[in-house]
Amino acid sequence: MESIKKSKFNDTVMQSVFFMSAFVSVLAVIAISLFLFLRGIPAIAEIGFMDFVFSEKWGPVNTPASYGILSMIVGSIYVTAGAIVIGVPVGLMCAVFLAEFCPEGIYKIVKPAVNLLAGIPSIIYGFFGMQIVVPFVRDNVGGNGYSILSASIILGIMILPTIISISESSIRAVPESYKEGSFGLGATKEETIFKVVVPAAKSGVLTAIILGIGRAVGETMAVVMVAGNAVMPLDKIALLKPIRTLTTNIVTEMSYASGLHESSLIATGVVLFVFIVILNASLSLIKFRSSRN
Amino acid sequence: MENKEKMKIENINLYYGEFQALKNINMNINENEITAFIGPSGCGKSTLLKSLNRMNDLVEGVKIDGKILLDDVDIYKDMDATVLRKRVGMVFQKPNPFPMSIYDNVAYGPRTHGIKQKSRLDEIVEQSLRSAAMWDEVKDRLKKSALGMSGGQQQRLCIARAFSVNPEVILLDEPTSALDPISTMKIEDLLVEIKDNYTIIIVTHNMQQATRVSDKTAFFLHGEVVEFNETEKLFSLPKNKKTEDYITGRFG
Ligand SMILES: Nc1ncnc2c1ncn2[C@@H]1O[C@H](COP(=O)(O)OP(=O)(O)OP(=O)(O)O)[C@@H](O)[C@H]1O
Ligand SMILES: [Mg+2]
Repeated sequence: MESIKKSKFNDTVMQSVFFMSAFVSVLAVIAISLFLFLRGIPAIAEIGFMDFVFSEKWGPVNTPASYGILSMIVGSIYVTAGAIVIGVPVGLMCAVFLAEFCPEGIYKIVKPAVNLLAGIPSIIYGFFGMQIVVPFVRDNVGGNGYSILSASIILGIMILPTIISISESSIRAVPESYKEGSFGLGATKEETIFKVVVPAAKSGVLTAIILGIGRAVGETMAVVMVAGNAVMPLDKIALLKPIRTLTTNIVTEMSYASGLHESSLIATGVVLFVFIVILNASLSLIKFRSSRN
Repeated sequence: MENKEKMKIENINLYYGEFQALKNINMNINENEITAFIGPSGCGKSTLLKSLNRMNDLVEGVKIDGKILLDDVDIYKDMDATVLRKRVGMVFQKPNPFPMSIYDNVAYGPRTHGIKQKSRLDEIVEQSLRSAAMWDEVKDRLKKSALGMSGGQQQRLCIARAFSVNPEVILLDEPTSALDPISTMKIEDLLVEIKDNYTIIIVTHNMQQATRVSDKTAFFLHGEVVEFNETEKLFSLPKNKKTEDYITGRFG
């Protein structure tokens, strides 16, 4: 009798612990969204939506002040696209190698290395970028090195582990019977992998790319150290020129901003948040599509 | 009149690691005939079938000795596996269309063998689907995913896909075991219809199927060919006691 009561009591306690834990994460999302929107939306309203999102004039300390972030939106898109152009082919090839060609001995070295890459703090990437990549770009490609190109290279490396591990597992999940079908028609191993296996894994690869985009769009520390951070007029944006992104806009000015200037930085965060929401929505769409097939 | 010998299997022994799966197999496969492999589970039918187009190369730890000849050329010594597999096509037990459109499934083979011209591909796709007796069924949905078709249709698509590279020999490993009777009948009719242009080997657990479609039948047991004869003779007057026991259902 006593023990039954006790276990019932335990059940209720455990259930509320589980419930609370779930609640905490939901609460965190709600709190962050509320903070962003309550502080950001009024600023956008005060600046004017068009003047905020579609103007390239950023001069919060000028008189009259201007708060256009178009240049940073474009900057974020450029460095992210650059990261994808660099990271996706390398990551995908590496995933194919790990899943299909890698001898066991080498796998035992490459796989942990890839995992370690995921664990390196972004400040270290930033430092590496500043000391190695920036001078390399300056000496071998041109410009002063602090550029879209340097940021893209660093971000391209940073998204590798995401691209590799998700692509690898989705390539491994492709049924053996597809390969047999292809070999049975006289295709070589390379043809089989690139024309059947990788396309069959495409929803996984796409997921990897989107998560990589998410990581690249949101990365701040590493970018601020290599991108030069100058606000560029749209027509001056170039691969070897400095660039400012949404994230680096916030971090470079947050320490001294106040008033509408400060709120405009939070509003920049709102725009970033909208990007992330769109990415997550497309992820859900991919999952939905592939589960339906 | 006896047909020409298309493939010759000479003293084949095959080992998976230590385990001997095929023991001293000798057999001639005639052109334009259907040869059936029957026998209880695990007796080596699929293993021999896969040796004929070297799909066994993909399995780790396989050792094979003896000779298999295709038009008198040693397929293990003197032929590239990709060339061999183009000439000796295969249809698997479980339908395995690629996750692409119906058209792309059939065009895959010719494309890998270097045919790029759209009109030529269109022609091959239509021809292959016609040979598999499913052109009318699918001609309006060529761009639809092959995975949306029924199991029977998928299997016939796989047969069409096998036709697409213009093989000389077609190997089928229990191609109808996952299908309903009507789809099965369609495939059997198809095989009989096309055999004048191909050499066909079919593994089956279904004795009626063997009698319905095949000209010759080989009965396997424990990795050996116990009896190989014209289907009619093998089923009506089996020479070996074990064959008789098997076909009369006394063991299996
Ligand atoms: N990859 C493999 N590794 C090790 N042993 C194998 C392998 N494939 C098959 N075998 C063994 O070889 C023997 C013959 O197998 P096989 O698949 O050829 O039989 P089968 O006659 O086709 O049987 P079923 O009618 O069940 O398909 C079996 O004992 C099986 O366990
Ligand atoms: Mg079998």
